[in-house]
Amino acid sequence: MTYEHWSHFAQTWGMIYFVVIFIAAFGYALWPANRKRFDEAARAPITEKERGDDRPLA
Amino acid sequence: MSAARESWLMRQQKKFEKNTLLLLIGILVVVAIGGIIEIVPLFYLKNTIEKVDGMRPYTPLELAGQQIYVSEGCHVCHSQMIRPLRDEVERYGHYSLAAESMYDHPFLWGSKRTGPDLARVGGKYSDEWQLQHLIDPRSVVPQSIMPPYAFLAGRPLDLSTLQDEMRALKAEGVPYTDAMIASAPADAAAQADPDSEFETMQAVYDGIAGRKGSVQIRNFDGQPGPPSEMDALIAYLQMLGTLVDFSTYQADDLKNQR
Amino acid sequence: MTVATSSRGSIDGSTFVVGFLTFCVLLFAILGVANAADWAFRVHAWMFLIAAFAGMAFLLGWHESGAAFPRFDPTYYEEGVVKAGIIATMFWGIAGFLVGLVIALQLTWPNLFYFPDFGWTNFGRMRPLHTSAVIFAFGGNALICTSFYVVQRTCRTRLAGGMWPWFVFWGYQLFIVIAGTGYLMGVTQSKEYAEPEWYADIWLAIVWVTYLGVFVATLLKRREPHIYVANWFYLAFIVTIAMLHIINNLSLPANLFGSKSFSLASGVQSALIQWWYGHNAVGFFLTAGFLAMMYYFIPKRADRPVWSYRLSIVHFWSLIFIYIWAGPHHLHYTALPQWAQTLGMTFSIMLWMPSWGGMINGLMTLSGAWDKLRTDPVLRMLVVSVAFYGMATFEGPVMSVREVNALSHYTDWGIGHVHSGALGWVGFVTFGAMYCLTQWVWKREKLYSTALVEWHFWIASLGVVLYITSMWVSGIMEGLMWRAYNQFGFLEYSFIETVSAKHVEYIVRAAGGGLYLTGALIMIYNLVRTARGDVPVEDRRRSSQPPTLQPAE
Repeated sequence: MTYEHWSHFAQTWGMIYFVVIFIAAFGYALWPANRKRFDEAARAPITEKERGDDRPLA
Repeated sequence: MSAARESWLMRQQKKFEKNTLLLLIGILVVVAIGGIIEIVPLFYLKNTIEKVDGMRPYTPLELAGQQIYVSEGCHVCHSQMIRPLRDEVERYGHYSLAAESMYDHPFLWGSKRTGPDLARVGGKYSDEWQLQHLIDPRSVVPQSIMPPYAFLAGRPLDLSTLQDEMRALKAEGVPYTDAMIASAPADAAAQADPDSEFETMQAVYDGIAGRKGSVQIRNFDGQPGPPSEMDALIAYLQMLGTLVDFSTYQADDLKNQR
Repeated sequence: MTVATSSRGSIDGSTFVVGFLTFCVLLFAILGVANAADWAFRVHAWMFLIAAFAGMAFLLGWHESGAAFPRFDPTYYEEGVVKAGIIATMFWGIAGFLVGLVIALQLTWPNLFYFPDFGWTNFGRMRPLHTSAVIFAFGGNALICTSFYVVQRTCRTRLAGGMWPWFVFWGYQLFIVIAGTGYLMGVTQSKEYAEPEWYADIWLAIVWVTYLGVFVATLLKRREPHIYVANWFYLAFIVTIAMLHIINNLSLPANLFGSKSFSLASGVQSALIQWWYGHNAVGFFLTAGFLAMMYYFIPKRADRPVWSYRLSIVHFWSLIFIYIWAGPHHLHYTALPQWAQTLGMTFSIMLWMPSWGGMINGLMTLSGAWDKLRTDPVLRMLVVSVAFYGMATFEGPVMSVREVNALSHYTDWGIGHVHSGALGWVGFVTFGAMYCLTQWVWKREKLYSTALVEWHFWIASLGVVLYITSMWVSGIMEGLMWRAYNQFGFLEYSFIETVSAKHVEYIVRAAGGGLYLTGALIMIYNLVRTARGDVPVEDRRRSSQPPTLQPAE
């Protein structure tokens, strides 16, 4: 294997891999249908039951 | 509980599991691909390590010295990697090559120069200087902040683990032969005693290096008797950076361009 | 679901398996003591033996005593292991800061605390003790304990695995003790932040995979539809550290009963693997894990949801995707092929974006509630940590540029950079989380003293500022001195002149470290009084006021 083979691979498939990952991440985060789920999830830490409850999980 | 309700619960349960495992797999894929693409070529690209003359595996005494170097944490304050920058090359010598650490399992390049670089310290100072400096650094360099290593002088070198260590290194690709391993304790003692029959071991290691004089035979710590840990450490330091023959190294050769 | 109220005599499955594993460790330890090839290995075999024996004794006693001990009741959160984690975090924190102060003083006054006749306290052995104590003992315990707390709360379910979380906790403490005593005895692989030898590494791998199992099993049995984003960061931290730890520590022991091993890779390859590990120890241990803390404790303490959940998702994926490539910037201008250096530099610069995305998300969570920063020093500590995170993650990409790195590498600038992240970001976010957790798991209305938190905040902040500014000055100064030429074209300074030039900066640095330690000691006093349930200072003052002196309405 030589450096030339390697750099050719990186400059083609590597590039595609990066672009796909970024589109996937942004797409998932910005997809309108996900908005409600994210809003719910965001409230998870602050909607939990009162502390000091005798049996919080009962 | 009705069957319909149960199946709804089961569906939910499946979805939860799927999400967790999807997340887990997604993370693993992303981090594994990055690591693989970056690291694996280094093992396969032919020009990762330069072609040089003179590299040989460390003699048993030097290897023991390297273990002491590691054990005492010398690498914490001293790098062994001269960068190709003008001031470094003038201060320390020729910039370091990948070939020079090919027998270091692992590398000892370091990351901090609280003290100077040691990649080419071999031969820069006399054995007596090294000995005195290790026993009491400030007696030689008054402003030094290095800790003292006087205890190494009095401690006889443990030769019993050398063969195991060389066997492990051999299994990892260091070109030690069975004969070299068999004679390792005797070879270690011989290198630190100019009155011993050191010729055979010297010839063996010089043979791999492809030149005479790559193995220095001296009583490094100046003390009579079997080798001390100080002997081993000084032998290692005096070897550092002296192996590669730079008179035959072609820095401009395309094969050595990385 | 049946409540686990097992009576005396019956044994919980997880307890049985943990007991069996402990028994296996006991057997291996006996073999190790009997066959040890070197004295350090024998000492460590004894430590394993004593630990396994103590573990067995505890498990048997626990089992025999039956109902006297709390069983694994799924209607309660598992908070015992969180309490233990808080204590361990603070204990190791003090130990690590103290060793750091000692080695800072050693570099300043070199005749201090060195014993020429044995090497135990030499800088070369104490420095890994300091780095491991603060990163793995202090930071690691903080991560394990907060992750156990956060995953339960955000999944609304008890920690999975019965006895296993306790195995993770004690197994991890055992690893810390083995690693730390190893450095003092000269047992090290020499790889930074991966110094422990092969048997300690195997033990940590077992503990860590168990940790992953406990965490994933808890996520699987959650009673919430969503996995809160903090858990994403915790999960990425746990999985990636498992991968990094195992691959970077692949080595061949010279003797199965000896403390010496040799890494499979050598030279340039071992260098890249090590710094791939090393930088991701920063990226996933000291960043992803602590970002998880940020994403839980800041919203919780401020009582408002994270500023943008979408941003947190983009932050997550881009951070873990980019970080993994950044390692080679530790090897600029070395014998590492240049393509790898360039790759590392490119990704390090790109890393600036997700890092600041995370910082903005953390800071903006406070928008509309900035007044809380004035009244709540704990929240202020959490927020200042995020500011330090932003600073360190700007400085990092700058230092990863080859030309800057040519100056900064090998100098104290690197030490300063690390500490702006470690003291400012990791330390402060941990302090903030520990103040919260102590109050929450010991069920206290408030902390023993808010004034003491103020003192801690200001003393520690001053310490951090002194530390990082002194290291900037000394680092840039020595970097410039190394490359300075005089009018005749010769190097201007000998190496030793660049060492003695840093003396004043070293004094300032030690003072900064001393202040930081002082702040942590104040914190411990405050936490102990809080956990004991002592009447808060502020309440006491109010109640002791005679009613006649109260202001008119």
